[in-house]
Amino acid sequence: MSLLEVRDLKVSFDTSDGLVQAVRGVSFTVERGKTLGIVGESGSGKSVSTQTLLGLTAGALIDGEALFEGQDLLAMTDEQLRRVRGKEIAMIFQDPLSSLHPLYKVGKQIAEMIRQHEPDVNKAQARKRAIELLGMVGIPEPGQRVDDYPHQFSGGMRQRAMIAMSLALNPKLIVADEPTTALDATVQAQILDLMLRLQREFDTALIMITHDLGVIADLADDVLVMYGGKPVEHADRRSLYYRPHHPYTKGLLESIPGSTGAKTRLKPIGGQPPSLINLPTGCAFHPRCEYVMDRCVTEEPLLAAVGDKDGFPDLGHTSACWLPKEAAGLDAEAENLRQEAVALGRSADSPAATVVDAGEAQ
Amino acid sequence: MTQDADVLVEIDDVYKHFPIKQGIIFKREVARVHAVDGVSLQIRRGETVGIVGESGCGKSTLARCITGLHPITGGRIVFDGQDISRMRGKQLKPFRRDVQMIFQDPYGSLNPRRRVGAIIGDPFDIHGIASGADRKKRVQELMELVGLNPEHYNRFPAEFSGGQRQRIGIARALALKPKLIVCDEPVSALDVSIQAQVINLLKDLQEELGLTYVFIAHDLSVVRYVSDRVAVMYLGKIAEYAEGEDLYEKPRHPYTNALLSAASIADPDAAERRERIVLTGDVPSPIRPPSGCRFHPRCPKAQENCIELEPELIVRDGDAAGHETACHYPVDPAESLATEHAAIEQLSTEPTLPSA
Repeated sequence: MSLLEVRDLKVSFDTSDGLVQAVRGVSFTVERGKTLGIVGESGSGKSVSTQTLLGLTAGALIDGEALFEGQDLLAMTDEQLRRVRGKEIAMIFQDPLSSLHPLYKVGKQIAEMIRQHEPDVNKAQARKRAIELLGMVGIPEPGQRVDDYPHQFSGGMRQRAMIAMSLALNPKLIVADEPTTALDATVQAQILDLMLRLQREFDTALIMITHDLGVIADLADDVLVMYGGKPVEHADRRSLYYRPHHPYTKGLLESIPGSTGAKTRLKPIGGQPPSLINLPTGCAFHPRCEYVMDRCVTEEPLLAAVGDKDGFPDLGHTSACWLPKEAAGLDAEAENLRQEAVALGRSADSPAATVVDAGEAQ
Repeated sequence: MTQDADVLVEIDDVYKHFPIKQGIIFKREVARVHAVDGVSLQIRRGETVGIVGESGCGKSTLARCITGLHPITGGRIVFDGQDISRMRGKQLKPFRRDVQMIFQDPYGSLNPRRRVGAIIGDPFDIHGIASGADRKKRVQELMELVGLNPEHYNRFPAEFSGGQRQRIGIARALALKPKLIVCDEPVSALDVSIQAQVINLLKDLQEELGLTYVFIAHDLSVVRYVSDRVAVMYLGKIAEYAEGEDLYEKPRHPYTNALLSAASIADPDAAERRERIVLTGDVPSPIRPPSGCRFHPRCPKAQENCIELEPELIVRDGDAAGHETACHYPVDPAESLATEHAAIEQLSTEPTLPSA
């Protein structure tokens, strides 16, 4: 049994502007000790889907199943969820300053959480554990720093304190929502290094949410790419980075300036991310897609297996796109396959042909 | 100093300190934030100079000094042959036409209650260049130039997305045909797919209009992509300054090495191969910067010498002309910094894992 199995999760918010469909059917599994990376830009539903699992999206309309060790998180009462949250599944947020209470000492906040879940631990024991944890995540002189307030910590130290707190009860799963986005490059390296080492040590499963494909290139076992509230591609990391199938994934990889220093012109994705109230028909990405075909405008593609190098379907690599299953990768061969398919799939007077021009002009 | 005609901006030993004052009636200066602490830099016409460094290293303050937004504490900034550091008030007006700035936050840098046409047209009013129908025509030309629909002249900033707002900011900066544009983290608030659009636009405009850019960012791969020369700043000083490719291929300062090894790479194999140089601790406070070399408390190569002697920013042995490094013990290309340890005592933040 997988540690976490999310099936067809849908989350929407009823607002005065209309129904915001933040997540429109996401399924994924996380195995013990493994890392799942979720990538997407703002508004792709990557944060909402994981926050919903922990009951952090109050007022949302939720549908689907999320089995954590066989128990459905979405069907739990608040009381049951309280026992899971923090103890079994811990969360690390992007902004460490606003996720720590400014008026309580850091050590007290860690100790409080321990005592909340383990009532027979007394105050002195909890404090001792807090000091150990702070030392473990690399805070110098933890015995003294335990009595500091969050504002006395630097950004990197606060994020370390958050990690210490998330590890306090030895959770089975840690959800890290852009844990290093607010940090500097050298501190980001420290934190990622730390999380990787701690994960190996405690065999914790990890969900890493990020907008930057570069952050998880050496961290994630599997990567899920989301766009407009839906997964568009799901694969192990090598397949995803080297043989992307969905034009959005390909676009993301090509719009990052390479590490080789080549000064060839960047290939941006034209247009803007979609509104979640008025989603485009068919494939949500079609207004920005350079390979848009007639059927993309009317029919929504589902996740389906992508062909591997020899053309056999690779069950671990799925993509929601109408392009032929073999057209995966960044090489010329795959590009030819895509162009052939587009030539066949696009009629001269179709709305699809004009869509791309509008995207470029944006 | 002789003025080279090729040099647009000459930054000569510039200091910018912010006083920290205490007291109620008689405010006493108790300390100073050494935001920029002796920076010399030349910016040539038509080139892009990238400035990288972590938050608090003084890169944004330096940018604001160049644009004249902060009066400098010491030193000299010569722009196009004129010393602007001693000018005040009206004297500065012609200079302000030639230097413009693009800000990081496309939400905070546009007045939400004014229409886009008015925002972009403001510079024409202030400098009395165009008004009425002429102004509108020019604004719409600018909007077209940066890829906005000129029909959106009467819209409010809230009706645009982040990437489009950044284009509005760029149009405003271009209005007066400046010689120098200082871009302070112009793409870091944008989504990855939109970043490339804005970077391409900035490059096209440079080619078309012959602009000079100072480009500040913390994303090293973006800076590498746009810059001809790159300066690495650490705690108010320049640690290394070189041609872009030279710096990325052959970094000499240990801090540059660490910064480059920390950059994210969207390539699993390359990411696994590289050695991350994990520095100890955080950037020290610029109120009391460390003695000697400012990087010594975190440097894996630090020696006794580094505590006392401040290294000069000069060309080191075996480097190309113009590749300057401020380090007593520059890193050799064959060296593996990840395994080295400082000869002096440093405050370590290395975690002590239970099994270790």
